[in-house]
Amino acid sequence: MKKIFNSAEDALSGILKDGMFIAAGGFGLCGIPELLLAAIKSSGTKELIFASNNAGVDDFGIGILLQTRQVKKMISSYVGENAEFMRQYLSGELELEFNPQGTLAERMRAGGSGIPAFYTKTGVGTIIAEGKEHKNFDGETYIMEKSLVADLSIVKAWKADETGNLVFRKTARNFNPPAAMCGKICVAEVEEIVPTGSLDPDLIHLPGIYVHRIIKGHHEKRIEQRTIREV
Amino acid sequence: MAWDRNQMAARAAKELQDGWYVNLGIGIPTLVSNYIPEGIEVTLQSENGMLGMGPFPTEENLDPDLINAGKQTITELPQTSYFDSAQSFGMIRGGKIAMAILGAMEVSENGDLANWMIPGKLVKGMGGAMDLVAGVGRVVVVMDHTNKHGESKVLKNCTLPLTGKAVIDRIITNLGVLDVVEGGLKIVETAEGVTSEELIRSTEATIVSP
Repeated sequence: MKKIFNSAEDALSGILKDGMFIAAGGFGLCGIPELLLAAIKSSGTKELIFASNNAGVDDFGIGILLQTRQVKKMISSYVGENAEFMRQYLSGELELEFNPQGTLAERMRAGGSGIPAFYTKTGVGTIIAEGKEHKNFDGETYIMEKSLVADLSIVKAWKADETGNLVFRKTARNFNPPAAMCGKICVAEVEEIVPTGSLDPDLIHLPGIYVHRIIKGHHEKRIEQRTIREV
Repeated sequence: MAWDRNQMAARAAKELQDGWYVNLGIGIPTLVSNYIPEGIEVTLQSENGMLGMGPFPTEENLDPDLINAGKQTITELPQTSYFDSAQSFGMIRGGKIAMAILGAMEVSENGDLANWMIPGKLVKGMGGAMDLVAGVGRVVVVMDHTNKHGESKVLKNCTLPLTGKAVIDRIITNLGVLDVVEGGLKIVETAEGVTSEELIRSTEATIVSP
């Protein structure tokens, strides 16, 4: 089965539906599936629910889908860099579910691993724990967090081979592997597609079993906080 | 006289021990890396998926794929490793990180920390802070002792939504160092030129006699 598609639009055709739940990789603007997000914008699909650590900035990342009001709800750990997000949230137009960052990552990992829920100490005694099952293990209190299974995962990697094995680069890996794992269908955008057999099997970060469709394209890779050493 | 931001960071750096893996929060905690004592080797974790965080880059080696948890561009070191967010928080939750040094909006005498939200005003999110305070071996908070109106931020009870309940081990402020102990806070030391009386006067929390 051929996994390589010609464009982000092609790769998403037949998948996108109003109201669907999408898990997206990326941390800040680093390692985000920018080409697939642009294609979702032009598709006009709406009422989307996104699990993504952040919501981009006003004009990049998931922010471009907020401008067009295509997002109904975000599940995120930090949304501080997006003024439009704040405006829509405070006016009640956008739902927001804050998840601690590690809880969000583990909910995705667990969702892709057949684990429906797990217990964690994270958030015990805070508003995050309200309404959740509490359980004592060896004298410590934990809360139950349910895993996430998304209708679609969109991720960004550095390299793919033709079978969908992925290699990420530096901190652009971040949420991409757990996001990829938790989707019923995963579409990956990469900078380079290399022939099968040219990646070292010992150095593959995400096996192709998690990746159903691949596209190659040019990435802007915008820097959020350009910080230079004082010399 | 009290400590300034850099002096607070320098004092916090004395908490580091040789061989530790440490996570530094955003703000004053980030400055701690400038004051790591001679002969102490620590590995800095960045929770977006990196161990062995190096200094900020030069213009030439700026890399959009290499950022810290504050989204600033950084560099790698010879011992650096990268991993995904699930593994990153696995090591945090699993107690592999010896210490986190974090900022705070409010702290309380039983070690509660509030640093992620002001209802109706500031809704940015907790990021990794809740996971860090629940998982790491030791939590040290670096903060100003009072707000801009001179009111204590070291309280009997936090008024803001909590990041973690009874999670703080040590508090370093511009006025001194306090430990969370049975019954309240114990003064460990005062900043240069600050008396214990001055520190107590700026503290709403119960101070336990040594």
